[in-house]
Amino acid sequence: MTAPGAVARPESAPAARPTLAPRPTPMFRPAGRRRRLADAVTGYLFVGPALLGMSVFVLLPMLYAFGLSFVRWDLIRPNPRFVGLDNYVAVVQSADFWHALRVTGIYTLGTVPPAMVVGLGLALLLDRAIPLRGAFRAIGFLPSITSIVAVAVVWAWVFHPSFGLLNAGLRGLGLEPHRWLSSPQEALPVLMVVAIWRHVGYDMVLFLAGLQAIPRELLEAATVDGAGRWARFRHVTLPLLAPTTLFVLVISVIESFQVFSIVDTLTNGGPAGATTVLVYHLYEVAFVRFEMGRAAAIAYVLFALVMALTVLQLRIGKRRVHYA
Amino acid sequence: MSTTHKEPGARIKQPGDTSQEILGSAANRPVILRQAEPAERISPSSAPGSWLLAPSFWLVVAWSLLALGPFAWMITTSFKPPDQIFTYPPTWLPNPITFEHYRYILERTPFPRFFFNSVVVAIAVTAGQLFSSILAAYAFARLSFPGRDALFVVFLGTLMIPDLVTYVPLFMVVRFMDLVDTYPGLILPSLVTPFGIFLLRQAFMTAPKELEDAARIDGCGPWRTLWSVFLPIARPAVATAGLFAFLQSWNAYFWPLIVTQSTSMRTAPIGLRYFVRDPELGTNWGALMAASTLVVIPIVVLFLATQRQFIQGLLAGSMKG
Repeated sequence: MTAPGAVARPESAPAARPTLAPRPTPMFRPAGRRRRLADAVTGYLFVGPALLGMSVFVLLPMLYAFGLSFVRWDLIRPNPRFVGLDNYVAVVQSADFWHALRVTGIYTLGTVPPAMVVGLGLALLLDRAIPLRGAFRAIGFLPSITSIVAVAVVWAWVFHPSFGLLNAGLRGLGLEPHRWLSSPQEALPVLMVVAIWRHVGYDMVLFLAGLQAIPRELLEAATVDGAGRWARFRHVTLPLLAPTTLFVLVISVIESFQVFSIVDTLTNGGPAGATTVLVYHLYEVAFVRFEMGRAAAIAYVLFALVMALTVLQLRIGKRRVHYA
Repeated sequence: MSTTHKEPGARIKQPGDTSQEILGSAANRPVILRQAEPAERISPSSAPGSWLLAPSFWLVVAWSLLALGPFAWMITTSFKPPDQIFTYPPTWLPNPITFEHYRYILERTPFPRFFFNSVVVAIAVTAGQLFSSILAAYAFARLSFPGRDALFVVFLGTLMIPDLVTYVPLFMVVRFMDLVDTYPGLILPSLVTPFGIFLLRQAFMTAPKELEDAARIDGCGPWRTLWSVFLPIARPAVATAGLFAFLQSWNAYFWPLIVTQSTSMRTAPIGLRYFVRDPELGTNWGALMAASTLVVIPIVVLFLATQRQFIQGLLAGSMKG
C-alpha cells in the first residue's frame, strides 16, 4: 500500500501546490491516500469479527479436515500417523460406505421428487385467493421449522409396532399389523414418508415465491390465445418456474445427502443398517469408533459427491432452464 | 366492473371440471397440477361460499390436517391421563386434563436445565450472529476497501461447504481449545453465518446513496452512519436474520450432540433425544409428548408472531442467491 505518512491531497492538484491550498468539501474530494487507508482500516475492522469466526470455525477446520484425512488417529494416542491415501482407499473399498451411499441415494430419490411435486401442487393451490390462505401457508410450513426430535417422538408413536396409531388402525380393519421402523424392509420407506412430510412446506414456500414472480399478463395473454389450464401450466407457468424448480432441486439434493437427525432420532441407523445413510455412517466412524482420519476422508468424499451432483444439476439446468 | 362480470362464470365452471378431474385420476398429482390457475382468481368476498365447493380448497385443507395432526396429537397427548394414551380407537381430547406429565418432566428430570441451556445458547448465538453479520454486511455493502469483493466471495463460498465436512475437524479444534462440553463450545462455532451477512448486505445495498452522503455531511463516521442511518432502514432484514439465527440454534442437532458430554450441558433437543433412548422414560409417552411440546412451543410462537418476516427472509436468502 501507499505510505501512510503522505499528505492527503486532491489528486488533480499539481504536486507543487502548497498543502495550504483551499480544500474542496470532503464529499466531493476524490479519495486521497490517507482516506483510502482509513477506509481499508474501517473496512477490515467491520469485517473483522466475521472474518475471525469464519477463519477459526470454518476455513481452518476445512483445511484441518484435509490434513486429517491423510493420517490415522484415534484421539486417544497422542500422535497421528501419516498414512497417505490409505483412508481414501479404505473408504472406497469399504462395503459400509457403498451401502450407506446406496441408502442415501434411495432416500434422495424417494423424498426429493415427491416433496417437490406436493410442494408445487400446494403452492399452485395457495397462489390463488382462497380463504385463510395465510393460515394454510403457515400451517403447511410448520413441519419444516420445528425440531426434528420433537416431531420424531410423535412419528415414532404413530409407527410403533405394538401400540402405534397405524397398527391400531390396521388391526381395527382386520389387517395384519406391520413392524414399520423395526423392520429392515419398512424402516427406510417410513423414514422417507416422515421426511417428505417435513420438507413439503419448505418447497411450497419457495415455489410460492417463484409463482408470484410470474407476470400475470403472460398468463392472461395465453388465455386470450385460447390456452386451457393445462396448456397454460405446461407452457407458461412451468417454463417460467424453471429457475425456482432448479434451485429447489439443488438445495433439496444437498440437504438430502446430509440427512442425519431424522435417522438418528427415528431408527438409529437400523434395523440392521437398513437406514444407515452416509452422514450416519460418518457419525459412527468419527464419534463412536473415533477414527478421525477415516471420518475426515468420508466427509471429503461426500463433499466431492455433493459438489459433483450440484454441478451436474446446474449443467443440465443451464440447457433446460431459461431465465426470463 | 368487468371483473365482477367474469367472476360468476369462472365460479360456476370451476367446481364442475375440477371434480371431474378428481374422479378421472387416482393419483393426486395431476389433479393438483391441473389446478394451476393463477389467472382466474376466485375472490372470496365477491363470491361467498363458492370456495366450499372447490376441491382445490379441500386438498389444501387435507394437507393442513396432515401437517398439523402430529402437533395436535403431541399436545393433546401431553395432557392425557396415562390410561387414555393407549386406548383404541384413539381419543383425541384428554378427559380430564392432567398436568402430571409436565410436572414429571419439570420436576423429576433435568429438562428445565436443558431448556435453560437452549435459551442461553440461542440468545448468545442470535446476538453474536447479528453483531458479526451487521458489521460485515455493512462493510461489504457500503465501504470500499481492498480485497472486499474477493472476501465476500469467500464468505459466500462457505455457504456451499456442507456443515458435516467441518464437524469432525471442528470438534478437534474445539477440543484443542478445551471447550468441549462448555457453553462457548456450543456457541462459538455458530457465531458467524454467511447467510445472515448475505441477507443484510442485500438490505444495506438497497438504501439510497443520498442517505449516506447526508450522514457524512452531518459529520457521521461509518459507525454512526451504520447505527443511526442504515440499521433503522434494514430493521426487517435484521429481524429476519435474528429469527433465523434463533431458529437454527434452537433446532441444532448434530453439533450439540457431539460437543456436549455431561447431562447438564445438553440442549433441549439433545436432552429429548436421550429421553427417547432411556429405558424408563422412553416408554412414558405422556412425558415424552410433554417434553416435545415444550421443545416445539418457542419456535411455533416465534414463527406465528413473525410469519411475514420469516417467510420473506427465507425467500430473500434463497431466491436472490
